Amino acid sequence: MKKILSRHETYVFIAIVIFSIVITAINPSFFTLENLFDLLKSYSLMGTFAIGMLFVLISGGIDISFTAIATVTGYTVAVLLLNVGDQLNIFLVFLIAGVVGIALGMINAVIIHFFRIPSIITTIATLNVFYGILTVVSDGKWLYGFPTWFGDFATIRVFTLHTPEGIPYGLSIITVIWFALLLISWFILKYTLLGRSIYAMGGNPNSAQRAGFNIFAITAFVYSFMGLMAGIGSVIQALLVQTVAPNSLVGKEMDVIAAVVLGGASLTGGTGTMLGAMLGVTLIAIMGNGLTLMHVPALWYKVVIGFVILVSVGVSAYRRKSSARKRVIIENS
Amino acid sequence: MTEPFLTLRQVSKHYVGVTALDNVDFEIQKGEIHCLAGENGSGKSTMIKIISGTVDADPGSIIEIDGKPVHSHKAIDAINSGIQVIYQDLSLFPNLTVAENIAIGNYIAKHSKVINYKELRGIAEKAMARIKVNLSLDALVSEISIADQQIVAICRALTHDVKLIIMDEPTAALTKREVDSLLKVVMDMKAKGIATMFVSHKLNEVLQIADRVSVIRDGKLVGVYSSDELNDEKLTMLMTGKKVEYQRFVAEKNHRDPILTCENLSRDGEYADISFSVLPGEILGITGLLGSGRTELALSLFGITQPNNGNILFNGAPVKINTIQDAMKLGIAYVPEDRLTQGLVNVQSVGDNIIITTIDSMVNRFGLLEKSRVVKNIQDWVKNLSIKIPSTESPVQTLSGGNQQRVVIAKWIATDPKVLILDGPTIGIDVAAKFSIHEIIRELAKKGIAIIMISEEIPEVFNNCNRILVMRKGYVVKEFDTTSADQDEIQNFVNESI
Amino acid sequence: MLRKLSHFSILLVVMVLVILLMWALTGSDFMNLGNFQSMAYQMPELGILTLAMMIAMLTSGINLSIIATANLSGIVMAIVLTMAFPAESAMTNSPWLVVIAILAGLLVAAIVGLINGFLIAVLDISPILATLGMMIMLSGVSLVLTKGYVISGFSPALLAIGNKDILGIPVPMLIFLGCAAVMGLILNKTPLGTKIYLFGSNPTACFYSGVNNKAVLFRTYIISGIYSGIAAIIMISRFNSAKADYGESYLLLTVLAAVLGGVSAAGGFGKVSGLILSLVILQIISSGLNLLGISNFFTLALWGIVLIVVMIVKYLIENWSSKKWST
Repeated sequence: MKKILSRHETYVFIAIVIFSIVITAINPSFFTLENLFDLLKSYSLMGTFAIGMLFVLISGGIDISFTAIATVTGYTVAVLLLNVGDQLNIFLVFLIAGVVGIALGMINAVIIHFFRIPSIITTIATLNVFYGILTVVSDGKWLYGFPTWFGDFATIRVFTLHTPEGIPYGLSIITVIWFALLLISWFILKYTLLGRSIYAMGGNPNSAQRAGFNIFAITAFVYSFMGLMAGIGSVIQALLVQTVAPNSLVGKEMDVIAAVVLGGASLTGGTGTMLGAMLGVTLIAIMGNGLTLMHVPALWYKVVIGFVILVSVGVSAYRRKSSARKRVIIENS
Repeated sequence: MTEPFLTLRQVSKHYVGVTALDNVDFEIQKGEIHCLAGENGSGKSTMIKIISGTVDADPGSIIEIDGKPVHSHKAIDAINSGIQVIYQDLSLFPNLTVAENIAIGNYIAKHSKVINYKELRGIAEKAMARIKVNLSLDALVSEISIADQQIVAICRALTHDVKLIIMDEPTAALTKREVDSLLKVVMDMKAKGIATMFVSHKLNEVLQIADRVSVIRDGKLVGVYSSDELNDEKLTMLMTGKKVEYQRFVAEKNHRDPILTCENLSRDGEYADISFSVLPGEILGITGLLGSGRTELALSLFGITQPNNGNILFNGAPVKINTIQDAMKLGIAYVPEDRLTQGLVNVQSVGDNIIITTIDSMVNRFGLLEKSRVVKNIQDWVKNLSIKIPSTESPVQTLSGGNQQRVVIAKWIATDPKVLILDGPTIGIDVAAKFSIHEIIRELAKKGIAIIMISEEIPEVFNNCNRILVMRKGYVVKEFDTTSADQDEIQNFVNESI
Repeated sequence: MLRKLSHFSILLVVMVLVILLMWALTGSDFMNLGNFQSMAYQMPELGILTLAMMIAMLTSGINLSIIATANLSGIVMAIVLTMAFPAESAMTNSPWLVVIAILAGLLVAAIVGLINGFLIAVLDISPILATLGMMIMLSGVSLVLTKGYVISGFSPALLAIGNKDILGIPVPMLIFLGCAAVMGLILNKTPLGTKIYLFGSNPTACFYSGVNNKAVLFRTYIISGIYSGIAAIIMISRFNSAKADYGESYLLLTVLAAVLGGVSAAGGFGKVSGLILSLVILQIISSGLNLLGISNFFTLALWGIVLIVVMIVKYLIENWSSKKWST
C-alpha cells in the first residue's frame, strides 16, 4: 500500500477521479460512454505523440521537433492521397508516414550523438528547418478532399451502440490504433533489453557505455521512434479532421511535454512509465473536455490548465524535497 | 609453478607530452589479493584502463593472460578473459532495481532481446549467493546505501565468469563495519579462486588484506612487496620517494578567551551533548570514523543546519547561526569535505572562485564592481597561498588537487575569518602537497585564527593539532592532548568503535 | 577563456561571410542605408527578448514565459492607453498617458518575474516546468482580458517609439542597445553577474560559499520579466495593436539566437557581445532573403541550419585542440 502511495501515478489518478466527479456533478453528460468514446478518439493524437515523447524523455533527452516532423509526414501522405489516393490503402499511408518520420528522427539522432549537441538545441533547430522547408514547399496551402475510403476509414467503429435518439457511437478504430501502439510500447519499455537500455542511458549515460550498451543505437531508436509516432500521429490527425494544414500542429509541442511530465516523467531522464504518461494525457483531456461541458468560457481554458500544471509540478517538487531527507549518518553498530 | 593469471611486460603508455606509464612489469596470480599503491598522477588509473581494455597500451607492450600473450585487448576482450572493473563511482544505474543492475550485463553479453524477469531475478540471486549477501532485489539503487551499492557492483561483476576483479578506491565512502564486510567478501572470492586487484590510498586497509603490493611512482614500477614487509611509513616513502619528517605543531600558550564555545550541543540523529571551546591561535582536531557526526557538527557551526538543543557562544555571547550568512558575519569559515561539488565551481576561473565570498564588498557607491580592486585582491591571494596557475582565468578544474584546495582556502581567508573549520582538508592530495597545506594552516593559526581541523587521518590531526576530540556515534568520547598522548594510542582508541 | 574567444571569432567570421554573401546576391539593394535602417527597426524585438532569455539560461534555467509575459504586458499597456480615459479626454493623446501605460506594463512584467522566481527559487520547481505553466496561464489571462480581440489604435506618442528615428538611428534600436549595455553591465560589472555565472555552473558550491541562491534566482527572473516588458513596448508600438498570442514563434528563436551567440545550454557561459553578433547575423540573413523575395519560412529553416553548422564547427574545434590525457 505504501508503495502505491509513493508513486507519482497514484496522485495523477486521484486528480483524474476528483475532476471527473466534479465535472459529472455539474454536467452528467460527461460520464457517458458516448462522451468518453469521443474523448478517446480526439485525444488519440496527443496520446500517440506522448508515447514517443516518453521514450525520448526517459533516455534523458527532449524533442521539440516532432510537430514539424508530423507536419512533413502529414503533408507527404496528403499529397499522395490527393494524387494517387485510389491506389493506396490505410496500411500504406501509415507506412509511408512512418518511414518519413523515422528518417527525420534519424537526422535528429545523428546530430545529437555525433556532434554532442544538446537535444533541446538540436531539435529547436530541426523544428525550424523542417517546418521552414515544408512551408515553402507547400506554399502554406491547406490540403483536403481526400479519397472517400480515407474519410470512411475514420468513421469505422469496433463496436457500435446507439443513443436513445438513434445516433450511433462507439469505440473508434483510431482509438484502437492508439491502444495498440500503447501496448506495444509498454512491452518494449518493460520487457525488452532495448527498453531497459533506454532507462539505463537516462539514468547514467557513462555507466551505460561502460556496461557495453550501444549508445548510438539507443539514441537512434529513441528519436526515430518519436519520428515514427509523429508520422502515425499525422495520419491520425488527417483522419480526424480530413484536412492537412501546415500550421495546425506546430506550437503544440509544450502541451504534449506537459502531459508526459505531469504523468511522472522527469526532464532529466531515467524515470517515467507508460501508465503515467497516459494518465497525464487523460488528465489534460478530461480538463479540456470538462471545461467545455461545465460551460466554462473557452477563454478560461488556458488559465485553468496552466494553473493545474503549476499546482501539479509544485506538489511533485514538494514531495521530492520532503522525501530527500539528508541521509543521517550515524553509526548503529 | 602456476602461471600468473595476468601479466604485463614492459607496458608503456605515452600521451602527447606525457609519459603515463614507463616499461612497467606487473603480474597477479590466480586468487591473489594484490594492491596497487601510488599517489595521484602516478599512473595507477592508466594501468587500470589498460588492464580493463578501455585504453590501448603503446606498441611493444605485452599483455599475457594465463601465460599466453593476447593480440587484441579491447574492453570486450578483457571482459571475455574474465576481467571486471568496479570503478570508484560504481557505474550503476540509480533508476533501476538491484536485480536489474546485477543481471543486466549478463543480458547484454547474451544478446537477449526480451527480458524474463523471473530469470533476471534468478541471475541476481545466484550472484548474491556466491558471496553470501542478501539485498532487496526490488529496491532502486538510488535508495540503498553506498556500501550496499558496492555489493551490487561486485555481484554484477560476479555474473560473468570472472577471474579478476579490479576495485578502484572501494573503501573511500564506507564506515569501518562496512569496510570489514567488504574485505570479508573479497576473502570469500579469493577462496573461490577469483583474484582481486585493489587500488587504494587507505594504507592500513591495504596492508591488512593484501598478499602483495605493487608500488608505482611517476609511471614506473618501484617494486613488488609482500604485505608483511611493509608498514605505513615505508609504504609512504616508497610511494612518494621522500621521507616526510613531520614537525609537530605546538600552539603558543596563550591565555586568551575562547572565541567559540559549544555547550551541550545536540541535533537529533546527528550529534549529541557536544561541549568544547576553541582558542584563537590553536588548532583543534576533531576525528572519528565516518558516521561519528563530525561533519554534521561542522554544518551546524556554519549555519547550514541548526542544533535542537544547547548553545553556541561566540566571544562569550550566545548566538544563533541560522544561515551561512550568519556564520560569515560572525567570522566563521568552512572548507567543505567535498571539494569538487561543494568547494569549487570547477569550470569557472580561479579568480571567480576566490572572489565569490567577498565580491559584495568590492563595489563602488553605484553598486558596480571596482575591477582593479578585484584583480588586485585575487592576485594577492594567489601570491600569498602560492597557487600555481598559468593565469587567474584558468578554470579551476585544470589545477592539481593541492592547488585546488589552496583556492578554496584562499576564498575563505579572504573573508578575514576568526574561526576556520577545515573538513578533510587534504583528502585526495598527495603527501608532499599535504605537507604544504598543513604549513599554510599553521601560519593561519599563528596569525590568531582559531582552527578546527576535522579529519579521519590520525597522522594529520596528531601532527597538526594540540588537542584532539574523538567523536563516536555522535558523542565526543575523549579528548587527547597531543603533547602527552602518542599517535598509535589515539589510532587504536578510534578504531575501537566497534 | 579560450572557449569564449573562439566562439566570438567564429561568429565574426560567419557575420562577415554572411554580409558578403548577401551583398553578392543582392548588390546595392542590401548595402544601403535604407536597408540597414529597416533591419535596425526589426531586430530589437527579437534582440530584447533574447536578452531576457539569455539571463535565465545563464543560470542553467530557461524562461519559456517571455513571450506570454510580453504579450500580457503589452495588453496591460494597451488597456491603459485606450480604456483608462474616455476617448475624447485630453489624456488620451498625452505623452503622460504613455508613460503611465509603460510603467503599468513593466510593473506587470516584473510581477510575473517575481512569481517565476518564487516558483523556481522557493518551491524548487524546475525552470522549464515553472515557466511552461506560467506561459500557459499568462496566455490564458491575456485571452480573458482581451476576450480574444485585438486592442488597437494608440496615440502618436506611443507610435513614435516604434517607428521614429533619432539622427537616423531607429528608436527601437537605441532601446535595444541600451538594454544590451545594461545587461552587459549587470553581467560583467556587478556582483550579481558574477554570481549568476557561478550559480549556473554549480549552485551547490555557491551555496556553500555564502551566496544567497534564492536572491540570485529572483533577480534573474525579475530582470528577465522586465526585459520582456520592454520588448512589449516596442512590439505594440510597431504593430499599433496588442493581442494575446503575438510572436509565439519567437520563443524558440530566442533560444536559437542565444545559443548561436555563445550561451551554453548548461549555464555559466555566454556574453552579450556574442549575442549581439548572433542577432546581427540572423537579421542580415532575414533581410537579405527578404530582398531576394524568399519567404520568411525559408529564413527560419536557414537559421536552424546556421545554428547546427555553428555548433558542429564549435564541436570540431574543441575536439581538435584539446588533447585529453589523464593518468
